[in-house]
Parts: sequence; C-alpha cells; structure tokens
Amino acid sequence: MSVTTAAPVATAVPVPRSGGTAEALLPTAVPVQLVTEAGTAATPPPGYVAPPDATLREAYRRMVVGRRFDQQATTLTRQGRLAVYPSSRGQEACQVAGVLSLQEQDWLFPTYRDSMALVARGVDPVEVLTLLRGDWHCGYDPTTVRVAPVCTPLATQLLHATGMADATRRKGEDGVVMAFVGDGGTSEGDFHEALNFAAVFHAPVVFFVQNNKYAISVPLAKQSAAPTLAHKGVGYGIRSEQVDGNDLVAVLAVLTAAVAHARSGRGPFLVEAHTYRMEGHTNADDPDRYRDGDEVRRWSAADPVDRLRTYLRGKGVLTEQDVETVQAEAEALAADLRARIDVEALLDPLELFAHVYADPTPQLLEQRGQLQTELQDTED
Amino acid sequence: MATVTMAQALNAALRDTLREDDRTLVFGEDVGRLGGVFRITDGLTDEFGEERCFDTPLAESGLVGLGVGLAMGGFRPVVEIQFDAFAYPAFEQIASHVAKMRNRTRGRVALPMVIRIPYGGGIGGVEHHSDSSEAYYAHTPGLKVVTPATVEDAYWLLRDAVRDPDPVVFLEPKKLYWSKQEADLGHRGVPALGTAVVRRPGHDATLLAYGPSVPVALEAAREAAQAGIDLEVVDLRTLVPFDDETVTRSVRRTGRCVVVQEAQGFAGVGAEIAARVQERCFHSLSAPVLRVAGFDIPYPPPRLEHAYLPGVDRVLDAVHRLQYDDVPDTIHLARGAA
Repeated sequence: MSVTTAAPVATAVPVPRSGGTAEALLPTAVPVQLVTEAGTAATPPPGYVAPPDATLREAYRRMVVGRRFDQQATTLTRQGRLAVYPSSRGQEACQVAGVLSLQEQDWLFPTYRDSMALVARGVDPVEVLTLLRGDWHCGYDPTTVRVAPVCTPLATQLLHATGMADATRRKGEDGVVMAFVGDGGTSEGDFHEALNFAAVFHAPVVFFVQNNKYAISVPLAKQSAAPTLAHKGVGYGIRSEQVDGNDLVAVLAVLTAAVAHARSGRGPFLVEAHTYRMEGHTNADDPDRYRDGDEVRRWSAADPVDRLRTYLRGKGVLTEQDVETVQAEAEALAADLRARIDVEALLDPLELFAHVYADPTPQLLEQRGQLQTELQDTED
Repeated sequence: MATVTMAQALNAALRDTLREDDRTLVFGEDVGRLGGVFRITDGLTDEFGEERCFDTPLAESGLVGLGVGLAMGGFRPVVEIQFDAFAYPAFEQIASHVAKMRNRTRGRVALPMVIRIPYGGGIGGVEHHSDSSEAYYAHTPGLKVVTPATVEDAYWLLRDAVRDPDPVVFLEPKKLYWSKQEADLGHRGVPALGTAVVRRPGHDATLLAYGPSVPVALEAAREAAQAGIDLEVVDLRTLVPFDDETVTRSVRRTGRCVVVQEAQGFAGVGAEIAARVQERCFHSLSAPVLRVAGFDIPYPPPRLEHAYLPGVDRVLDAVHRLQYDDVPDTIHLARGAA
C-alpha cells in the first residue's frame, strides 16, 4: 500500500470570515441616541459623532417637506385621487437620514412605505405617486435618480440591492447601496438570503430596517423572538447596530458610519431603527382594531420632527424665521402636487404592450391590434 | 466536423460568451471548481477565474435575486439552477421581478439575464429531479422561454439568449445532455431565437415537439414511415415568443396535428399550442388536434418513469387516431411485424 503525502491538518476552530469576533459585530445594548425625547443632547456612544449643524438644518427642511408631502398624499387618497397610499408619518427621521447618508453615485432600494425618502432624494413628487395613483409603472427613471423602483413584494429588493452593490464592487467603483426594509420584512426568506449573500460577497450594502412595530396589523412581538432585529445580522457575519429611529441626529450618525464602513470595503452593515408607524398600514386599514390610542399618544410625544426642531432651536442654529420658511416651502410643494397630480393622468392602454419585451412579440402586436379595435369601437 | 455532446456545446457557448463579453458572469450552485453537477460549466473557473464563474451560497431565490441586481448594475448574468424543481424557491424573483422589471420601469431598466434550468425526466432521477416546469415560465409575460433539442441549437440558442435584451429562461433537456451530433459550432447553421424549425418534412400529419420530445417525435416519424404514413416534425425550440407562422404553415399543409410534450398535460404548453393551431388552421384540419403528454400525476420514481414518459408508442397511437379516411389502419400491424 502506498502512503500518500499528508494534507495540512485543518484547524478544528473555525476562523470567523467577517474578520472579527461575534462580539465585534453586535449592536449596542440600547439603541444609539444623540438627542433625548426632550430635545436635549445625549451622550453618544463611542464611534458616533453628531453631523454638522448645516446638515441637520437640511435634514429638518427635508423632514418638514416630507411630512407635508405625506399628509397631502393621504388627503389625495381620501379624495379618491390616489388608488392607495401607505403613509410613513412618524418615520421622517429614518426616511431623511437614509437619503442624506448617501452620495449622488449611490443607489437606494426602497419599499412602498418610503415615499418621503424618494422626495428627499429629489424625485419629482408627482413621479413618486405615479404608481399609487393607479399607473402601471414606477413613474421615475431609476437610472438617473439612482433609486430602484419602489418594491412591493417584501424583502425581495434586498437581493437586488446586494446584486447592485456586488456589481459596484466588481467594477471597482466606490458606490454604496442603501436597502430599506421593514420589521415584517425581516421574517421573509429573501431578507436572510440577501444578508448571507452580501456578507459572503463582501458587498457594499447597508440594510436599513425601519422597525415601525407593525406589519399591517401584526405587532413585533408576534413577528420575531430575536433580542433585536439588529441581532439578525450577527449570524451572517454582518456588523449590526440599533438606533433610536425618531432621533434624526442619531440615525444620521449611525447610517453615515454604516455607509462609510461599506464604502471602505469592509462589507455590508445592518442598522435597525426603532420608530413607529403613526398611520394605518394604508388608507384601507383600520388600526383601531389592533392597537390602542395610548400607544399612539406615547409615540406622538416622541415625534421626530418636533424633537429635531427643539434640539436645533435650543442649540441656536434654527430661527423662528427658518421654521416659517421651511413650512412655506412645504406648503408650496403640497400646492404644486395638488395642481399636477391629475395632469397627464389619462393613460394610453396601448402602451401596456410596449415594455413587456424590448420589442413586442408577434402575439403582443396581435393583441395590441385587438385592443385598439375594441377601443375604437367604444369611441364610435 | 467533430462529434459533440449537448453538454459540450453548452459549455462551449458559455466559454465563448465569457471570452467575447466582459459583462458576462456565470454563477450558481457548484458551478465553480466542480463544473456543475452536469459539468456544463466545466473548466470555466479555471479559464476565467472566480470573478467570472463562481459558486454562490445555496439559495435559489438568492442567486436569481443577485442576478437581478447585477443585471441592473450592467452585467449579463447567466444563472444556473441545479435542477428543475429547485427553481421553485426562486419563482417569486422570476415572476415578480425578472419578468416585470422592464415593464415596471417603463422600459428604462432592462434585465438581460439567462436562467439555465436542466429539466425533464428520463435519467433515473429521484423525486424533485425530473420536473417539466416550462408552463410556469411560458405563462409569465416578460420571459422568453427557450429549449433546444439538438447540439447545434444548444450552442447557438444559448449564445443568442445571453445577447438577448430580455430575460431568458433556458430549459436544458437533461436526458439529451449526452446526445451527440457531428457539428461545427464555429459555423452558424441555426436561425435566431424565436423561430421553430421543420426537422423532418412530411405530408400526412404534423408532430409539434420541443426539447426532450423532439427525438421521440422523430423516431415516431421513422416508424410511421414504415407503415406508409409521412409525418412532418416541427421542433419548436422557442416557446416564447411562439413561432405561429412556421407551425401554422405546416399544419395547414398537412391538415393533421399532434402536439408532443413530456410535461403533464393539463394546462400545459401543449394545450396552448393545440388551441392556437385550432384557431388558426380550423378550415385546413381533417381531424381534431391531439395532445400526447405525461399524465397528470407527480413525476414518477425512476423505476416507473418508462410508464409515464410519452414514447414512440404513445405518439403513434395518437397519429393513428387522426381519422384518416383514406389511410389504412396498419400502424399497429406494421409495428407488430417489425
């Protein structure tokens, strides 16, 4: 019998591929907070610094504008001018910080509850609402604004974000991808597959969980038994953090650090923000059936816009005049939205065949002709 | 000319594509060092490196969803699903995103990607390894669905699929992986994706077949010829977009038609084809359009798949039922004597 050369003996102790111990990946014991609910400065944990005042003033502006946009969209829905609208009122700090932490070349992968973030990113508010007013497409050009089409099937967009981040890495570009998801979405298989793929491929993507406490009607306690949703990243080797989601200063500080982590080639990052969905799931929902008014009132007291205003006023970097100017801008945006939302609302049914394939198949051309005839018959 | 297997032709198509187009990425489960469980990606990682042909974690939704993002980011992903039934976890990604991205973005975001799926039975696979899943994809607007039956087609259709601006579900008949053909892959003798082809001209009836059923149809035609029945065999090759023109031209001429598929029959691709033929060729038909298919049962175990798979006998039985008033009922006698 021949004796083969012995292969190197594999070590029995696995080496963590994330390059650190599990402890190094863990979120802080309590959510990161830089401004208290009363609007006063809190002591930040090590590693996080408050963004510059100019950035915070800009954040305030976008939060006020975003809230007004959201309110207007809810009103338009009640008037029957939108098919449906999932409000993110109460989540302004998350929506705005998620966008402000990004640069122009970065990509955002939003869910259907992230309309305010799209407005903050600079997408035309009418285009933001195009799908929700009953059109068949996302409204904006994703390639120019670098915002993926708003995603309805939960957590599926996290894999696209991971792929886009991986593409960025493969091309040697320095772009980062920000992927939004809700608390309910963290139960979906694609959430876990995305985290695993992102970690294995070292993709520069930030997973941002807006934990607003409800998945339609199901409360967080019935959604997950994890210590926090942020802990879910640790099992995949992803650096994870939790933050007070109604504290803009903290959310922006944490997301800025997370984006820098991803941009510097250290792989993905997971952030859970604790926030609250002040409205129902959509206008079609009845939240009184599953949550009590005391809870909503408690969260009203933790309002993110009020908190940032109090903080900035107290700091002396936001004047009463500034507040009025921002409010006027928000009113102007709402008025413009009201004026433009119904324009061009007449849709061409024949365009439904135009973008199924690069070129319509012979079958689609035939069906298009059939519909054209039907439409002409209706007109005659 | 050299003797080439379909597996080798598919491997060559991937190799040539990787060589010609930097944007092409090949990935899936075990496609790296192993070369895939069917060895279709054999040697690609060696030649092009881990960055171009790589293993992914074991999650089908994950690898298709990753492909969506890579395609959005400018790459041309060629995703391998290991077996037909293992594609089901990825179905949401395929149906809700791969198929719809162009439409959801009003044509602004295209997803030029290929999802390769070995499909069908006949290789003695245990459960979940032999499904014919083409109907799910063909029923989903936005996908192109291709299935080769010959070595040359396998090469050129896969090359076309990667170049195509739309997502393509590329169904590889796994029992034909080891089929051989004298082929010169350097010379294109194959029309473009989206066209059917007449494999055998005939006058008495048309057999419409695709993928693993094409060799069955051709063998049936050879046997029928001995009984004096001249069958035309059309290889559909592309299920979406469907080549109505070639099919209609054939059936209008022969006046009789049998659709052959390996998949279970109910609500299958064959049902759609039979309906299309009937709608377009009614006045030329001398008999009802018949379907030959698998049975409406879960795919059977290896020891019983011979009883399930539509073979030459089942095809010829259908041909025999095409109500020839002027042709003697000699098919079974001829076969019995053979």
